[in-house]
Amino acid sequence: MIKLDSKIPEGAMADKWKNYIDHAKLVNPSNKRKLDIIVVGTGLAGASAAASLAEMGYEVKIFCYQDSPRRAHSIAAQGGINAAKNYPNDGDSVYRLFYDTVKGGDDRAREANVYRLAEVSNNIIDQCVAQGIPFAREYGGLLDNRSFGGAQVSRTFYARGQTGQQLLLGAYSALSRQIKKGKVTLYNRRDMLDVVKIDGRARGIITRNLVTGEIERHAAHAVVLATGGYGNVFYLSTNAMGSNVSPAWKAYKAGAAFANPCYMQIHPTCIPVHGDFQSKLTLMSESLRNDGRIWVPKKKEDAEAIKAGKLKPTQIKEEDRDYYLERRYPAFGNLVPRDVASRAAKERVDAGHGVGPTGIAVYLDFEEAIGRLGKSVVEARYGNLFQMYEKIVDEDPYTTPMMIYPASHYTMGGLWVDYNLMTTVPGLYAIGEANFSDHGANRLGASALMQGLADGYFVLPYTIADYLADQIHVPRFTGKEPEFNDVEKNVNERIKKLMSINGKQSVDSFHKRLGHIMWEYVGMARNEEGLKKALEEIPKLREEFWKDVRIPGDTAEFNNELEKAGRVADFLELGELIARDALNRTESCGGHFREESQTPEGEAKRDDENFTYVAAWEYKGDGQEPELHKEHLTFEAIKLVQRNYK
Amino acid sequence: MSNSLLNYASITKKISMSIIGLFLAAFLLVHLTINLMLLLDDGGESFRAAAEFMGKNPVIKVFEIILFSAFIIHILLGIILWFQNNAARPIGYQRANITKTSLMSKYMIHTGIIIFIFLGLHFIHFYFVKIGLVSGLMGEDGHPDFYNSALELFKQPLYVIIYIVSFLALGFHLNHAIQSGFQSLGWEHSKYTPAVKAISTIYALVISVGFTIIPLFILIAGK
Amino acid sequence: MDLTLKIWRQANAQAKGKMVEYKVTGVSPDSSFFEMLDVLNQDLIEKGEDPVAFDHDCREGICGTCSLYINGRAHGPDSGVTTCQLHMRKFKDGDTIFIEPWRAKAFPIVKDLIVNRGAFDSIIQAGGYISVNTGGVPDANAIPIPKVNADAAMDAAACIGCGACVATCKNASAMLFVAAKVSQFANLPQGKIEAKRRVQNMVAEMDALGFGNCSNTYACEQECPKEISVSNIAKMNREFLSAKLCADVKDI
Repeated sequence: MIKLDSKIPEGAMADKWKNYIDHAKLVNPSNKRKLDIIVVGTGLAGASAAASLAEMGYEVKIFCYQDSPRRAHSIAAQGGINAAKNYPNDGDSVYRLFYDTVKGGDDRAREANVYRLAEVSNNIIDQCVAQGIPFAREYGGLLDNRSFGGAQVSRTFYARGQTGQQLLLGAYSALSRQIKKGKVTLYNRRDMLDVVKIDGRARGIITRNLVTGEIERHAAHAVVLATGGYGNVFYLSTNAMGSNVSPAWKAYKAGAAFANPCYMQIHPTCIPVHGDFQSKLTLMSESLRNDGRIWVPKKKEDAEAIKAGKLKPTQIKEEDRDYYLERRYPAFGNLVPRDVASRAAKERVDAGHGVGPTGIAVYLDFEEAIGRLGKSVVEARYGNLFQMYEKIVDEDPYTTPMMIYPASHYTMGGLWVDYNLMTTVPGLYAIGEANFSDHGANRLGASALMQGLADGYFVLPYTIADYLADQIHVPRFTGKEPEFNDVEKNVNERIKKLMSINGKQSVDSFHKRLGHIMWEYVGMARNEEGLKKALEEIPKLREEFWKDVRIPGDTAEFNNELEKAGRVADFLELGELIARDALNRTESCGGHFREESQTPEGEAKRDDENFTYVAAWEYKGDGQEPELHKEHLTFEAIKLVQRNYK
Repeated sequence: MSNSLLNYASITKKISMSIIGLFLAAFLLVHLTINLMLLLDDGGESFRAAAEFMGKNPVIKVFEIILFSAFIIHILLGIILWFQNNAARPIGYQRANITKTSLMSKYMIHTGIIIFIFLGLHFIHFYFVKIGLVSGLMGEDGHPDFYNSALELFKQPLYVIIYIVSFLALGFHLNHAIQSGFQSLGWEHSKYTPAVKAISTIYALVISVGFTIIPLFILIAGK
Repeated sequence: MDLTLKIWRQANAQAKGKMVEYKVTGVSPDSSFFEMLDVLNQDLIEKGEDPVAFDHDCREGICGTCSLYINGRAHGPDSGVTTCQLHMRKFKDGDTIFIEPWRAKAFPIVKDLIVNRGAFDSIIQAGGYISVNTGGVPDANAIPIPKVNADAAMDAAACIGCGACVATCKNASAMLFVAAKVSQFANLPQGKIEAKRRVQNMVAEMDALGFGNCSNTYACEQECPKEISVSNIAKMNREFLSAKLCADVKDI
């Protein structure tokens, strides 16, 4: 039975983290050498944590499924990273970043965690600059900032359209330095298949070597999951093809509570779906909304004509265009938070105003920006994004508006963690997108990079010591403990079972079908009927999967289908939990929109009285309903009010 | 020597190759100047004077040692690099690479070999005669008569063809070599590199055309 | 579109490989190259055959995982893109497409079209970083950096480590990859502090791993999906020369 204790430190909001640091337990340098830490995942959170922990003296093992740590999907983040530096002198502060993040998250985040995030945000920028990350600069040689959705200040630092890449390469280089020193051992092309607990504490993992198929045991004093989000449950998403929930899901099954799975972010500016064979959706950075204007034709006839290819967007007169975000939200206009922008697009498309060959898209237009700034300025700001768009769609965004549509992008939900970032399993940590803590029900743009690096560089290295200080007398684990035998046996049995099905349908075909169910019933707008339907359909599909999936090849070799099968099997379980959580939360908040809970104007309506809590689900066994635990959120520094971007 | 050359860093080898190559390229201009004297209508007086200067001046003697060493190291390095480069891709592609590259830059070893063969011929005809290894046409003063030897050779169409092919190869070699040498030495600049590339091509043209017109002139003019 | 594919199949690192011919039909010109291969693999799975293994992950041209040598060119006929961004509209109906893995001694084959690019990680580990620990660093605006230098550093830093430069180089040289990292740091004041060590160590590692030498053919620049300029190689040569000539004996 799980008991949720968020372990928020005492003191005023601004003093909590300082108080924590002042009083947390420490591990002396000679003892750090005796302690092993496993980090799974090499994205911003994992790489930065592993590098920092190794620098401090711990012995670290790091794992990734990719061929190199540098390929983790953090690399795809384009727009930027927030920090409360207030370099532009526009009134920013730690409090304001904290405030905006909590508000952007629709008052469903844990205040203390968010405040800490805002506090360390400035250190991140300092750290990254010291690492040689080439952030954009002004002619005077100082750092440049831009603005992002959900904020009225310019606090976003960026490295062209490749901020995530540059930040990841910074963390990767720090990690590489520690690998060279022998403080970090890298295990690439490994899938983590389970967590091993000894006496209730996380003490290791079981992995599969993706090249040889070998099942391996790795033991440590603590395990850190930095395994990212689960957006690929939709099949089509902006996530990488390999992004998966499996490590987090195994943690859930090993006793870690899974929090707020229904909080998923649908990103408003993706390139629309164009066909059935499609494997992946490409994101166009939100920064485009700084200068691009979003519109659809006012008249349905025009939308129909465009769909039929009889009319071009440039032929539609200004007065016949509906700049619906500017119309509905005059204060924030095109820069409303992502969830609001996404739903507004869906609303227009559902009302029959969608454009493009499928009718499922809206325009993002740069005509006005090009007129105001000149083509060269627009090119300097967004050139690489425009080029990417042109390569994919074969249309020139300088002369014809881009088509965009929302797509699954980021998951705010994840493993429940306390203030220490520890899950409900002692010694098992979750950082970055894999945890749930900082973004509430919706994440603001440029905050994911901030959170990943905050957790990895500046939070976990402090909080993990508090746990490990008690572990200095625990001798190294070898992986030969009986608990490892048991878990490895289960892992092997599952693989054997998967391989023995020998059915007719490919793994991908199941994944696609799951994606359809999720998008249809657990997508941007949800209702009771749909969610119940999903709760019927998903178990049926799962059953079919376990009867009819076909995995060619062998286990003891490179077998991509087997890898995918394991991941999809977990998605098929997760999908159900998402739907269950969404059904439970009858309010609308952030990325979770319940059609039953909206204002007369169609805006999301929260229910603070009944839902100001984190829904943390406890696994109770296969075929059993998970148990819901509630962490009630208290708001000391911020008053609960309905979001308003008008 | 080749063993210690092997152990240098790749960039050290490339830089050595460049410095030596640029030095050799400069020498070609001196050689061309002397050769062009063959065309003067003075019965070979200037040519002989230049040849004598080159043969007797003690500074030139020292220079000659440097020049030969440069040739040997350049060739050895070229061969070592070529072997190393081949070893870096033991299994090749089924479909040959069609990426656009700098003109003839892929064929430096091939043009180099042609030039090397010509160099061998050249030595047999001239340098070995000078040091007495091979007998050749002698002048009235008992020294080898390079002026008339050259004229004789240029009257043989086969030799002229070999000669022209060799200098064509040298032209291509130089066209890439000079700007490539600058690149290897790191002398690259957004303002000046286009000029370096142009000069590289012009220099290659001057050398190859300059040398080539001599036999053509002699053959056609029937000197 | 109907296409004939000739694909390198090799069961594992030790096995002998060969080109195998496949037919795919009904490919949409709007699909990406990988979506076309997905169709082929779906087919193979249904027939009970082993699907073609190829590396890919983000499918948006940034992670650098994908690595196909298509019709004699790294990342195929389009320029400035990775294989995952290559679209079938670049081919014609009825085309025969040769698909091979990157070929280099330093990139041994794992399976089919997948190669091991761990050599790139080793090069970075040899010095592709600025040696600062987490924490205790100066304020981000403490050192102004001229915009032109910051931009040049960004141009170089855009490298995604895909290995197309090595794949297309006639010498399988990794100079562009190494130069991009060396040049990124050499353009920044933070990177200058250990510049001499860095360039020497990274080049030594590159050589030890069996990459070829640079012949300045500039093919790498042509095929680099991020269009990284060979001027970075010149910069590295410069850095290397000055390090070799001026660095203290102990400075390595």
